[in-house]
Parts: sequence; structure tokens; C-alpha cells
Amino acid sequence: MPSDKKRHRPVLVQVETPNLIPERDLGSIPVLQAEHLGIDFGGLTAVDDFNIAMGRTEISGLIGPNGAGKTTIFNLLTSVYKPTRGTVLVDGYDTAGKSVAEVNRMGVARTFQNIRLFNKMTVEENVLVGFGNTMKTHLVTDMLRLPGHWKQEAEFHDRALELLDIFDMRKYADTQAGNLPYGAQRRLEILRALATGPKVLLLDEPAAGMNPAETEELMENIQKIRDEFQIAILLIEHDMSLVMGVCEVVGVLDYGKIIAKGTPEQIQNDPRVIEAYLGKQEVK
Amino acid sequence: MFITQVLNGLQLGSIYALVALGYTMVYGIILLLNFAHGDIIMVGAYVSWLVMAQLGLPPVLAIALSVAACTLVGVLIDKVAYAPLRNAPRLSILITAIGVSYFLENGAQLVFGADAKVVPAYTDLTTVQIAGLTLSFPSVLTVLVTIAATVALTLVVQKTKLGKAMRAVSEDMGAARLMGINVNSTISFTFAVGSALAGIGAVLYAMAYTQANPTMGMMLGTKAFVAAVLGGIGSIPGAVVGGLLVGFAEVFVTAIGLSVWKDAVVFLLLIIVLVVRPTGIFGRTMSEKV
Amino acid sequence: MSEKRPIISTGGRGPAAGGARRTLPMPARYAINAIVVLVLLVLGELMIDGGAINRYQSTVLEQVGIYIILAVSLNIATGYLGQLPLGHAGFMSMGAYGCSIFIIRVSEFLGVGARDFVTGTPMALLLVISGLVVGGLCAAIAGVIIGIPALRLKGDYLAIITLAFAEIIRVVMLNIDDVLGFELTGGAAGLTGIPGFSSFLLVFGCVAVVCFLIHTMMKSRHGRAILAIRDNEIAAEATGVNTTYYKTLAFVVSAFFAGVAGGLYAGCVGVLQPAVFGFMKSIEILVMVVLGGMGSMLGSAISATVLTILPEALRAFSEYRMIAYAVVLIIVMIFRPQGLLGSYDFSLSRIVERIMNRDFPWKKGDAPADAAEGKEVSADAER
Repeated sequence: MPSDKKRHRPVLVQVETPNLIPERDLGSIPVLQAEHLGIDFGGLTAVDDFNIAMGRTEISGLIGPNGAGKTTIFNLLTSVYKPTRGTVLVDGYDTAGKSVAEVNRMGVARTFQNIRLFNKMTVEENVLVGFGNTMKTHLVTDMLRLPGHWKQEAEFHDRALELLDIFDMRKYADTQAGNLPYGAQRRLEILRALATGPKVLLLDEPAAGMNPAETEELMENIQKIRDEFQIAILLIEHDMSLVMGVCEVVGVLDYGKIIAKGTPEQIQNDPRVIEAYLGKQEVK
Repeated sequence: MFITQVLNGLQLGSIYALVALGYTMVYGIILLLNFAHGDIIMVGAYVSWLVMAQLGLPPVLAIALSVAACTLVGVLIDKVAYAPLRNAPRLSILITAIGVSYFLENGAQLVFGADAKVVPAYTDLTTVQIAGLTLSFPSVLTVLVTIAATVALTLVVQKTKLGKAMRAVSEDMGAARLMGINVNSTISFTFAVGSALAGIGAVLYAMAYTQANPTMGMMLGTKAFVAAVLGGIGSIPGAVVGGLLVGFAEVFVTAIGLSVWKDAVVFLLLIIVLVVRPTGIFGRTMSEKV
Repeated sequence: MSEKRPIISTGGRGPAAGGARRTLPMPARYAINAIVVLVLLVLGELMIDGGAINRYQSTVLEQVGIYIILAVSLNIATGYLGQLPLGHAGFMSMGAYGCSIFIIRVSEFLGVGARDFVTGTPMALLLVISGLVVGGLCAAIAGVIIGIPALRLKGDYLAIITLAFAEIIRVVMLNIDDVLGFELTGGAAGLTGIPGFSSFLLVFGCVAVVCFLIHTMMKSRHGRAILAIRDNEIAAEATGVNTTYYKTLAFVVSAFFAGVAGGLYAGCVGVLQPAVFGFMKSIEILVMVVLGGMGSMLGSAISATVLTILPEALRAFSEYRMIAYAVVLIIVMIFRPQGLLGSYDFSLSRIVERIMNRDFPWKKGDAPADAAEGKEVSADAER
């Protein structure tokens, strides 16, 4: 979308200190940045003064008790909600006034806490919807089945199957998405998000409802995605083993505010976190 | 002259409001556009004609039987045609409602013929004197009855146990069932109240236009439906305000000599209101949680 | 932007099989379909010429074709996009009037007589085809005008706003002559002098073309975007689908084909009266779509055929036929809420499966394994 890109100018924002971006990503501007982000619903402040700067290949986690505002932050980052305060920058470009689809095209893809697949479409079609903006044929080319249509369909059929291979899901290509087992539905949602060619992937409780073995596999997969696609991943999770095992930076949210931020080790030993979150729950 | 026009608007608007209330209540509780609702009015008008013109019985009995018949038909329709489809896709219930509407219209045509029947006057009183003005009695009566019916309905919905049950079912049918509310009887009650209002509307309509024909419910129903949406479907004050708006718009457009455009104006009004306020004047905005 | 995006790699799993084998069978399959359609068209035409189908029957057949186009076009908005428009007759009337007025005026100007339309001179044929396109465009413009405000609304609000718009079109057609001061639509008396250009061949040729175009649109990235909106609008947006654009597109394409059907209708009956295009006409078309099974083109076509022929066949019982129609409607909905021809899933998946097999015939070998897997999977999901 070159024409799209021309319209917004990069905005320089100071990277907050202390700098938590992994050293390997320091050479380029953060891929996702939020500055003093906040939103009010009626009189209620759901999120306040949220800041983040993510390196291009960073895996970060966002934890916090139920109702702390984690999903709200995802909705702010993806333009589902318009922020009351603050800005969101994707690769240096401001997302203010952009629609959800436009923010996706700028490079932010996400999954949902309650799985949202295109249930009546096949697994391959789900992924192809994700490729939709990379495909370029004109409506007339498609409707008249001109050669360009066949060429493109063949190319993206291959790409879709290759993408499905990542999670070993090629065998499900023709299955209706709604008929997939739970774990496969979660994986498909991630693949569909990847098909949009994101720079940042937001995962909303990817391990919810999974058993420890599946969570273990997911952990590997998250790292695999980062390594293969060279993208940043931000995830919300309740499963501490996943967050502590895979994230390089963890932020703790309570009542809409970040109360602690650091490496998993720092977070685990932070008294505020233990008080607000870990202390109230049984954690291994 | 001006007063007469205002009163005409109030009269027509009141009838629309009464019918719109039925649409709104049924929609509020089972999210169904009850296409057959307009045709219930037709049933009421025919019952009045039967009782007075055919059997020669007094108007009071005609009114009572009209309202009773409408109530019965309304509840019966729900039990026979809609209740089996509670868990079906909404579009299927909508098509069923259309089927019921066809059935009533064509049934009436088969039984009574396609010609309009003249409903005798319910009362000999044609005018009343209020504050030195000579006003049409049916108009005044229509307005008064509508006010009374709306107040009564509001009280029922707000104060009674059944009204509470209705509100609970319309909020969340599953949760209401878990709380021990008999959902089916609550829905039946809603249909009964909505249809009784339609019965009152039928009597008032027959009083104003003195006729009954098989398809009279169609346009009346559509306009009342527009009124309900205009006001915000599911909202009782919305239905009344919407009904009055539609009534006034029609009377006004007719008064300035553009009567052939009156339907277009009503529908245009609806489009404008929905563009500005996508859920109608009193409608609640609903957004899906992400 | 795309070159900056990571190119999805296979992770060394090797290229997908069969790049060249796939494209070959497709044209062949289209050719087979085309031949079947042609044979049916020629057969029908021969039967009409030979007198096996009389004039009345062939008129009914034309009506069937017109209703098939109306039903499959409405199906784009209901079955595929998942909305409920109640104003399809409005688009039909835009097309009917647009096409008729165009053909009447231009044939006067060019000196093409009514006889030329019956014999089918090349000039008349060209005129008819451009007339149908003009009709479609008129309807499509109406589709854009109503689609943009309507598609911001949800569910029943969209239904009522389209109903309102169709009624406005009807009132305008009825009264516009008084405003313009010259004769355009003929008002309540009707628009007369429309050459009877519709024929079995023309109507069913259009049916074939419309069905083909809808099919090809739906099996492309555009169609997938529309289906994605139906399945989950929020997820579709998050996946980069421009929902406003695709909703409007589905709506406008639906309106365009309804306009074409309107044009054919005008050429079939010869007289246009606004009253014909009332709310009940929209309902009639909607009933066909729902009864046939939403989202199933075949279902729409079959129920359009049955519901057009049935009332004609029941003419002898004219007093009871509408009651019977109503009762059938209610009973079918109570006992088969998903439509007469099977559930929504059933008809769609069957068609999708067929199309998938057609699209990628080399996969056929894997198909049984996949199906078995799918079953296991759904059992798993229920647990």
C-alpha cells in the first residue's frame, strides 16, 4: 500500500527510560509505540498513562488481574477504541484516525480472547482472507476469470498451504474452521493474523483453555514465529509459565495502570506485583 | 382550521402509536419484527363489523369483543407459529411472520370477500365543545384513549411482577429462565398486551375511517412499524413519539396539498432519523464487546 | 509496503506440489458447464419453436428466469453478506424503468421498430443489451445511494431503511411526471410502449451470465472478504478487510443484477406500473432466498423456480392458493428453519466442496483422508 504510506508522516518520539528494548533491536526505531495512552468510559478510567516501546523482534507480555484493562489496551493499539489520551505509533506512523483495517495494513495483527474465526469458511479460506490485501487482482479480472486471477489464486494457494505448514495444519486446509478442535482454532487464528504480513502480532490469551502440553507447544511456536518472521509479539496471558518462559519484557497492569515493568526475573521478585497480582493467586 | 389539523395529526399519530407499541414490545422481548401485527388490526375491525352490522349488537360489546379477539389471535399466532421457532435463526421466524401475515390477509379475503365492509359508528356523538372550540369527538376520544393506554402500559411494565419479568426476559432470556421466570408465559403475556393495544387501535381506526378490508393492516402496519423504528424499537416512549411524528408528518404533507407524496415523506423522515441516530430517537446503542 | 513485509517462508519444507497441473482443468470444466448451458438453451428454444412449449408456458419460463436472477442477486446481500435488505423490488424497478426508458427513447432516435426486437436484428440486440446494462447501472446507483447510509446500520435497522428507500422509489415513479412536467414514467397509468424484447434465450442467457459472475466473484479474494464479514465482522476488520467497501460492493452488485432482472421483466410484460414494485414484491423475493437455503445459489434458483411455477399451476384454485402458499411457508419454516433444500451449512458446504474439488482436482486423492480427519475433529470439538 504505497499510496497509503505516503499519507502519514513519521513522528519522532522519545524512547522511554529505562530502555527495555532488547539490544539486538536498538538499531532501528521501535515497531510499536504507545505514549501516555489512556481511555475513559463514561467517568471510569479504564486505562491510564500506558507506555510501551517494542523492538522489532521483541516478545513482550502483559499480565494483570481480570478487569485490569489488558484487552482494552489491545483494542486501543488496534484502533477498535479511539484513545481519550495519548498516541499509538506503528513503525513510527501515527494511528490516530485510522480504521481497524487500516491499522492492520500498517502492520498490527491480532488474535482474540474469545476465538473469532470465519467459522463457515474453510481453514485455507480463513488464511486467504488474511492475504486479501496482498492480493492485487481487480474485481473484473476475478469475475471474468482472466489469466491474472488464476496466476494469483495458484500463488496464494501455495502460500496459504506453506503458512499452514508452520503449525502442521495443511491437513485441515479444506476443513470448516468452526469444526476444528479448540487448539487448532487458536493456531489458525494466529496463522490468519500472520497472513496479513504484520510487523507486530498481538496475542490475546493464546494459551487460554490449553493443557500444559499444548501450552508448552505454543511457547515453542511463539518463538518460532518470531524467529521465522522476524516480527515483534505482544501477548496477554494468565498462564505464568508461558509468560515467564517466553517473554523478554513483562508489564504488569492493575486498575488500568502499569505498576511494574521489567524482565521476568525482576517481575517475579517485585513486591508490588506480588501484592497486586501474584500474591492473590497460587503461582508455581 | 389549524387546531383541526393538529387534532387530525394527534388522532392519526395516536393510532400509529398504539400499533407501534405492539411492534416495540414484541421486538423488545424476542427480537422479532412481527409482520402479522398490522393484520391483527384488520381482525379487530372485522370483528366490530360482524358484531354491530351483522349481529346488530351494541357498540360496547363490539369494542370488548374486538379487543378480546385481537388479544386471542395475537397469543394464538405466537403459540402456533413463533413458539416452535424460538431457537431457530431469526430470519426463519421473520419469514414465518410474513407467512402468518399472508394467511390472515388471504383468509379474510376468502371469508369476507375483497370489498371493504362499512363499520357502523360506535357512537352518535360526532363533535364535542371544548373551550369554545367544536372538535371531532372521535379525534378527542382517540387521543384520550391513547394517553390512558400508554400510561397503563408504562405502569404495567414498570410496577407489576409480570412487567418486571418482561424486562428481565428482554435483557437476557437465558438468565431470566435461570432466575425462575417462566419465559414462555411472559412472552405470551407480551403478545397479549401488544395485541390488546392493537385491538384498541383497531376500534379507533374503524371509528375514524369506518371500514374494514383484508389488506388494511398492511400499510397501517408498515407505517406503525416505521414509527416504532423511528422512536427506537424496544422503547415505549419511542413508539409513542414515533407514532405522533409519523401522524403529524402525514397530516402536514396532506395539508399543504402534497398528499400523494405523504408516504415518501414518512419514509424519508425515517431514513434521515436513522442516519443521524442509527438506533432511533430513544434507542439504546448496542456495541459488541471485543 | 509489501516488499518490506516478511516473505512467508516454508521453513525448508519444500515447494507446494502441482503448480502447473492446477490451471489446466479449470477452463475445461468451465467449457463443460458452458456446453451444458448451451445445450439446455438450444433445447428450450427448439421446444418453443416446435410448439412443445406454448406461448403461455414460455412466458412463465421467462418469469422463472427473471425470479432466479432476482433471488440469486438478493442472496449476495442476505446469504453471503449476512444482511437483510427488504427493498430488492426497489432496485428491480430502477432497472425496469431505466432500461425501458432508455430502449424506448433510443429506439425512437435510431428508428428501430418494435418488429426488429421480435425478429432480433443486430441493432435491436445491441440496444437490448445496452438497455439491460443501463438498467443495472440505474439500480447500482440506487444501491450506492442507499447502501452508504444503510450499511452503517445493523440488522433490522438496515432492513427497515431499505424498505423505506424502496417505497420512496415507488412513490417517486408514481408521481415524478407531475414534478417534471413531461412524461417519463407514465405514473399510475404505467409506462407503455416497451418493446417485448425478452425471450427465453435472452432471459436464460442472462441467468447463466449472472450466475457465473456471482460465482466467480464469490470464489475470489473479493468474495472471501464478503463472506468473512458475514462470519465475523470484527475479526474481518482486524484481518485487514475494508468492511465498508466490501459491504457496499456486495450491496451494489446485488442491486445491479436486480436491475438487470427488472429490465428483463419490462421486456417480458411490456407495461410497468409502480404498484407492482411494492413491498410485497421484495418480500416475495426474500421468501425465495430463505426458503431455498441462505447462501446457496442453487437453493435460491430452485425455490425461485418452484415458487413461480406453483402459483401458476394452482390458478384453478385461485381462491385458496394464497392461503395454501402462506400455510406452506409457515410449515416449511417450522419444520425446516434452514430452508427447504437442506440446512444452510449443508448446501453451502456441498457447493464449496464441489467447487474446491473443481478448483484443485489434484487434491481428490487426499480428500477421503481429509474428510475422515474432519469428522474426528468435529467430534473432538463437541467434547
